[in-house]
Amino acid sequence: MPWLEIGSDGERGYLRVGPAIIPTTGVLGLAGGEERAFPPLVTIPSGYNLAAARQWHFFFAWLLVVPGLLFWLWGFVSRHVQRDLAPTAEELRPRSLWQDVKDHARLRFHTGEAARRYNVLQKLSYVGVIFGLLPLMVLTGLTMSPGIDAAWPWLLDLFGGRQSARSIHFICAALIAGFIIVHLAMVLLAGLLNELRSIITGWYRLPRERDQ
Amino acid sequence: MTLLTRRRLIGSLGAGAGGLLLSGCDRIAASPKVQDVLELGEGLTMRTQRLIIDRGALAREFAASDISPVFRTNGNTMPASEAYQAHAANRFADWRLEVDGLVRRPQKLSLAQIRAMPARTQITRHDCVEGWSAIGKWTGLPLKLALDAAGVLPSARYVVFHCADDFDGDPYYESIDLIDAYHPQTILAWGMNDQLLSIGHGAPLRLRVERQLGYKQAKYVMRVEAVDSLAGIGAGKGGYWEDSADYQWFAAI
Repeated sequence: MPWLEIGSDGERGYLRVGPAIIPTTGVLGLAGGEERAFPPLVTIPSGYNLAAARQWHFFFAWLLVVPGLLFWLWGFVSRHVQRDLAPTAEELRPRSLWQDVKDHARLRFHTGEAARRYNVLQKLSYVGVIFGLLPLMVLTGLTMSPGIDAAWPWLLDLFGGRQSARSIHFICAALIAGFIIVHLAMVLLAGLLNELRSIITGWYRLPRERDQ
Repeated sequence: MTLLTRRRLIGSLGAGAGGLLLSGCDRIAASPKVQDVLELGEGLTMRTQRLIIDRGALAREFAASDISPVFRTNGNTMPASEAYQAHAANRFADWRLEVDGLVRRPQKLSLAQIRAMPARTQITRHDCVEGWSAIGKWTGLPLKLALDAAGVLPSARYVVFHCADDFDGDPYYESIDLIDAYHPQTILAWGMNDQLLSIGHGAPLRLRVERQLGYKQAKYVMRVEAVDSLAGIGAGKGGYWEDSADYQWFAAI
């Protein structure tokens, strides 16, 4: 038996991790009297409509893949990836990692010149999403396509078949959603206006040094 | 979830029962301009897939040990028509498959004739649009042989499969282009898992077009028609689900 199963008994959905079975139908709220895994507020379309859902899904899949590849290309050519995103050997030492974990736990944000650079947990999560979760998401998505499987059967071997790819696809989706929540929370905590302005324009006001 | 409940859900949404719940996104999605933009993605997907998937690339074939212990039946499991039921009671002895449309020599083939023709057996994965898959062993007549027997005219562009089953009186049908029609794994299956095809799975003949989703695998195929356009058939979108619920005609993803 696989260690993970995202399934349905025909009526109700469930998530099984090892021996633990977690029901998923109706967990996140009722959908107008109809029990679903996700309430209509967070799904497009709001109702059960496979054709419309697929149309939205694949349209935005293109908007992920094409600009995503351009972002990769530009990131390496401009050296943004090597310069800003790649953690240094110094940063990856257990001591500095642990220091950064403690700083995050206390919500002590870097000040002065150090605030201009990404901290190591930030770098690891960005690299993890950009070069880990997102390509994994796209490849497992393609593995669910019977057409692509005919062209690239190695995808099936890589992910252990269509249903395993589907489970990994869902795990990636959950992790990306988790990343977005934490990322937005950090933007809020670090100073919403300053962060948004720097994300869009690059103009970043250095936070004041903390009084010791 | 069965196709019938899905249809009921779509129907209830259309009737406005779900109208109160419609989110802003649904209103945006209902606009024809937004539909046009979203459909760009579909066209791009189809062109890209046709570009990267070799015409003859085969769907993976599995070992006998991979066959799913339970292969669920989906959609209709017993056509309602009296004519079909009479054929089924008679084990399809007097039944004939019609191959016609844009062909030189329209055919009427009995099941015995079809089984006497060269057959292909393949153990493949069936992928439902709902997300599940199942592996089964299919034996049947390569569609190419049926088409060659009839002599398809150069003007033909699609092959339409007319079926015996219906949903509320709307007959099931499906269509594929000639790339898929002449693909070596595209067969009219009369056998499944070393048995004669059961009625639940589409007896006497079920289309297998292995590089597309389950709703393209038409059951209860009565007639194969070569056409130059899908416009005159059903509501013109190339299939029952395409017409009734806007399913994508090109279902390779």
